[in-house]
Amino acid sequence: MASSLDEAAVRHVARLARLKITDTEATLFASQLSKVLEYVEQLNEVDTRNVPPTAHALPVSNVFREDVVRASWTTDQALHNAPDGHDGFFRVPKVLDQESS
Amino acid sequence: MLGPLAGVPMAVKDNMCTTFGATTCGSRILESFRSRYDAHVIERLESAGAVVIGKTNLDEFAMGSSTENSAYFTTLNPWDTTRVAGGSSGGSCAAVAAKIVPAALGSDTGGSIRQPAAFCGVVGLKPSYGRVSRFGLVAFGSSLDQIGPIATDVRDVALVLSVIAGHDERDSTSVDRPVPDYLARLDRLVKGIRIGISEEYFGEGLDREVREAVQAAIDLMAGEGAEVVPIHLPHMKYGIACYYLVATAEASSNLARFDGVRYGYRTPRPSDILDLYESSRGEGFGPEVKRRIMLGTYALSSGYYDAYYLKALKVRTLIKNDFETAFERVDVIASPVTPTTAFGVGEKSSDPLAMYLSDIYTISANLAGICAISVPCGFDSQGLPIGLQLMGPAFGEEHLLAIAHQYQLRTDWHACVPPLGSAVSRR
Repeated sequence: MASSLDEAAVRHVARLARLKITDTEATLFASQLSKVLEYVEQLNEVDTRNVPPTAHALPVSNVFREDVVRASWTTDQALHNAPDGHDGFFRVPKVLDQESS
Repeated sequence: MLGPLAGVPMAVKDNMCTTFGATTCGSRILESFRSRYDAHVIERLESAGAVVIGKTNLDEFAMGSSTENSAYFTTLNPWDTTRVAGGSSGGSCAAVAAKIVPAALGSDTGGSIRQPAAFCGVVGLKPSYGRVSRFGLVAFGSSLDQIGPIATDVRDVALVLSVIAGHDERDSTSVDRPVPDYLARLDRLVKGIRIGISEEYFGEGLDREVREAVQAAIDLMAGEGAEVVPIHLPHMKYGIACYYLVATAEASSNLARFDGVRYGYRTPRPSDILDLYESSRGEGFGPEVKRRIMLGTYALSSGYYDAYYLKALKVRTLIKNDFETAFERVDVIASPVTPTTAFGVGEKSSDPLAMYLSDIYTISANLAGICAISVPCGFDSQGLPIGLQLMGPAFGEEHLLAIAHQYQLRTDWHACVPPLGSAVSRR
């Protein structure tokens, strides 16, 4: 395990997580997250050969229901909390620039 | 016919969706969000006749152990307003302790009901994973989150649990098994029960006064005929390391939905779509939420997945197996809830790891999916409440509640009332 994160790595992870962070945050998070990563290193002491992973505490497998049409939200209800709802759509800034479109 | 909670005023943690008022999760990103539906537990409370009078403060998205991470307020401890109420269900526990409401709901991902219950001197139950539907609970760590009741005594906790427990097809992890009559079985006697004691819960870092109060509670039950059985939970000490990889990985995925498009805060002048996502999230989330999203993203990222996330899931198996082995020999496991009583406001807020370590005794129950309760068992020399934790096997609530109730019949710690008149929250 790499048990520390420098500021460049913090910026990379922030980008992956779609989080804008300030320079001050990058410095602070690098030291705080490195401390946490150093702490979790102790998991390496545990022999986990032949141990299956547990993603879920319950032995529940796929849960199915009848495939029937049910009442659902109207468009207005779905758009109720939209920061920019427009004509029945969620409006966002242009995704493609002109050259690539 | 009147429901079992007819007219009872209740408060719910503000990470459960309600069609009345706001549902903020203690975050700026949901400041103006108004839910179009009620969480399953809200429907259940209201159909039982309860009057939900308000939403309670929490650490942002339930990430924290002090309620200092709320974007709006810090909730203070009704016993001493220089201390934290604990977290993340600090608002619900403080409201019950200060007698604002007789009962409240919290959510517990790593101790977020039990730790503030211990700090505030009230009873808090984390039900077994799957016992209560999570429909309408804003997700943090989906394989760990569970809603549970908080009240002054075990009887009221049992009553509220009987109302909110049960299958709901809108949560595919909600388990379809009968809900026992928890109230009817509270009178089961302590005599003959086997209480497991694991040295891992009484080691370095445990405050002397907390240890003595918990030991006195165990001695009392032994005096009533309970058999005290030494057990061993060798992987419990890895709980925090395991949890902060599993929970953050799940959080990084769950919180991806806050993108400034469908609901929640949107940055005012995004330059393009990527900036819309990054700035909305960067401006809307507080520092602890950012740290956890980043830690989880890192643990799941290419090249680190096996070393962090998968490794943690394997250790989780060992922690779960330890409990299963222990519960072959004992009915409940007794331990402290927290290593210390309520710490000071600001004392741990600049050191995330120190804050995480305060959850050492509660986290494993979430990883294993078992049920656990925090019950008041004394006060330290500064007059701060101490909590006794009793843990039971998955879906063992009936027995767990009965044992906790029998303890309360023989003690009056839960009947103590904090000095009132002091402000419960401040900006």
